[in-house]
Amino acid sequence: MYRYDEFDHDYVRSRVAEFRDQTQRRIDGALTEDEYKPLRLMNGLYLQLHAYMLRVAIPYGTLNSRQMRTLAMIAERWDEGYGHFTTRQNIQYNWTKLTDVGDILDALADVEMHAIQTSGNCIRNVTADHFAGAAADEIEDPRPTAELVRQWSTAHPEFAYLPRKFKVAVTGSPNDRAVTKAHDIGLRMLRNEAGEPGFEVIVGGGMGRTPMIGKVIRDFLPKDHLLPYLESILRVYNLHGRRDNKYKARIKILVHETGLEEMQAQVEAEFARQMREEGGPVVSPNPEHIAQIAAYFAPPDFAKLPAQSAKLTKAIATDPALAAWVENNTADHRASGYTIVTISMKGMGDAPGDATTAQMRVMADLGERYSHDELRISHEQNVILPHVKLDDLPEIHAALQKAGLAAANAGLITDIIACPGLDYCALATARSIPVAQDLSQRFAEPARAKAIGNFTIKISGCINACGHHHVGHVGILGLEKSGIESYQITLGGDHTETLAIGERAGPGMTAEEVGPAIERLVDAYLDVRDSDDERFIDTFRRLGADPFKAAIYPENNCAAA
Amino acid sequence: MPIITDTGFAPDDAPDLIEADDLPETGERLTIMLPNDADPSALSPAFNRITLIVVPFPNAADGRGFSIAKRLRGLGYRGHLRAQGHLITDQYPFARQCGFDDVQIDSALAARMPEELWLRAKTRAIPPFLRRA
Ligand code: HEM
Ligand code: SF4
Repeated sequence: MYRYDEFDHDYVRSRVAEFRDQTQRRIDGALTEDEYKPLRLMNGLYLQLHAYMLRVAIPYGTLNSRQMRTLAMIAERWDEGYGHFTTRQNIQYNWTKLTDVGDILDALADVEMHAIQTSGNCIRNVTADHFAGAAADEIEDPRPTAELVRQWSTAHPEFAYLPRKFKVAVTGSPNDRAVTKAHDIGLRMLRNEAGEPGFEVIVGGGMGRTPMIGKVIRDFLPKDHLLPYLESILRVYNLHGRRDNKYKARIKILVHETGLEEMQAQVEAEFARQMREEGGPVVSPNPEHIAQIAAYFAPPDFAKLPAQSAKLTKAIATDPALAAWVENNTADHRASGYTIVTISMKGMGDAPGDATTAQMRVMADLGERYSHDELRISHEQNVILPHVKLDDLPEIHAALQKAGLAAANAGLITDIIACPGLDYCALATARSIPVAQDLSQRFAEPARAKAIGNFTIKISGCINACGHHHVGHVGILGLEKSGIESYQITLGGDHTETLAIGERAGPGMTAEEVGPAIERLVDAYLDVRDSDDERFIDTFRRLGADPFKAAIYPENNCAAA
Repeated sequence: MPIITDTGFAPDDAPDLIEADDLPETGERLTIMLPNDADPSALSPAFNRITLIVVPFPNAADGRGFSIAKRLRGLGYRGHLRAQGHLITDQYPFARQCGFDDVQIDSALAARMPEELWLRAKTRAIPPFLRRA
């Protein structure tokens, strides 16, 4: 894991002092509200429905047990005993007091964490594959790149006042677990024919009210050219992105309105200019430092273990709950005898992503004891133990059961993503958490969930799409129609390397109608799939939306016949 | 309109500014106003005849001027470069790091943000990436 050096420590500390000073200047009147707001946001502090919300960065989703314990301590001391893990590898505290923020930021700085650039029109917390450094299918660990981008983008003097927010995601694996095509910039690590490392650079993806799939602006960018190339994209965007309308200010709109080819020409021209400038590109990080970053992410010392664990096989034979959990919540690790554990934060009736102080502490203990002191936060709002011995799974499962964290549903229909919605968010038009809770109860029966197989439901409480509804196999968008919550269902979205945006199934419905409609949809799918292995999304691609629309809106069937 | 430099407030030196669009074919020691939606490279053939370029900041959230400055410096402009308009003290180090020599604000803003705040801003922490470079 990355460790702060004295520069990082100094910087994070002085940002806390600086934020206290900025807040004081607002109180004294030296700053107007309009001037203060971007400063507040760039320090992660939002003004929400009931209180201030503090959004803390978990860069590329990686943290250690000490950091997790601090997150728990903050929840206990300054919030109401829990935090909310988001789809962007952040944690949000929904009940913070303005007067406590300085102390919270100091507590974070103690464990090399911060809330810098988790909001505002700047380059945001950089996200990455939550299985980084562990996944069997990985080409290269994306985190050294993500860390470099984090450092480069922190208080970047040129890019702190962009037209709009800017999100970068990195994946080191062909199976895209970082949703790179739905980011302002997505970086996919690959190797060219000569075996040299580099990136496919994707630009202009995003969700929100105008969802767009990112487009490839450069097929192969040599690794060393990353920062000058990013700088070129950002410069073109900073100069030409729209500032007249905040709904059209993201880079996806600039790419769309300018056209990919013209955008590419402008970026390449800027890049060529930078590479020509005296002494080579202006942004060339110190190679020693790059090597140092890479060393921090060196794989831990894995024990030499057989591929199978006799102990685990024996335990599974007598414990069906363990068996189901191992089947669903573990993924292939690159080291023999190891596995990746997903701790589901989606137990029956849970608010997706919410973790209590006690749960955070249990997870910290497990990470410390069984996973080389590492934990991850996934964009699916789950917590990952990346380096676990197969032999240890029974103990881990038992500990999770005690803490109410043993839901065996990773990737299944009840592994629902939902944003905070009207329960917390000032922009919401509808609730999302109660809808998620209702659905998780309807599909709680393990055999049924297992029969349905891989199925993603994603829920947003307004058009901003923080809950990723556009890319859910089934997306649910909460709107408001003449004072009543109205939910729109989309079908056929996909958040992986085959990213797709779901299409609208039909008119909106009330909160009470959503659950039954999804049950009918699922029954229809089970009816028409051609085998137990055909996932919903595959059936949808084979048959199109019609059979599913008919199931959602049975009242239309006679008219259509 | 006070000018802010690393040593504090300085009096307005009030040069007459020529719009970048109206750049004359001849003439030396030109002082230019370059709007933040103009293409800075159009000025590059005349760089050696220009002594001052002023880039406007219409409001503190509009960061285009920072990129204009970086581009002008990247293109080889070595004359004086000034950010003018609505910048706040917190942006002073950014302006300097992007290649501006000084910042000019109006008197009302200067009254709200006195010299001592601008001097304090100068000591804002430098991000680690720049320190390591
Ligand atoms: C509660 C306070 C929140 C506010 C005020 C807020 C605000 C917004 C807004 C305005 C957008 C639309 C941006 C655009 O289209 O240009 C957006 C997008 C997004 N937000 Fe949030 N959000 C909040 C919480 C969250 C949470 C809890 C998550 C994660 C669960 C999240 C993740 C995202 C994602 C993934 C997007 C879409 C990706 C994109 O930027 O295109 N946000 N948010
Ligand atoms: S999607 Fe809307 S309701 Fe949900 S968190 Fe984002 S802004 Fe709030």
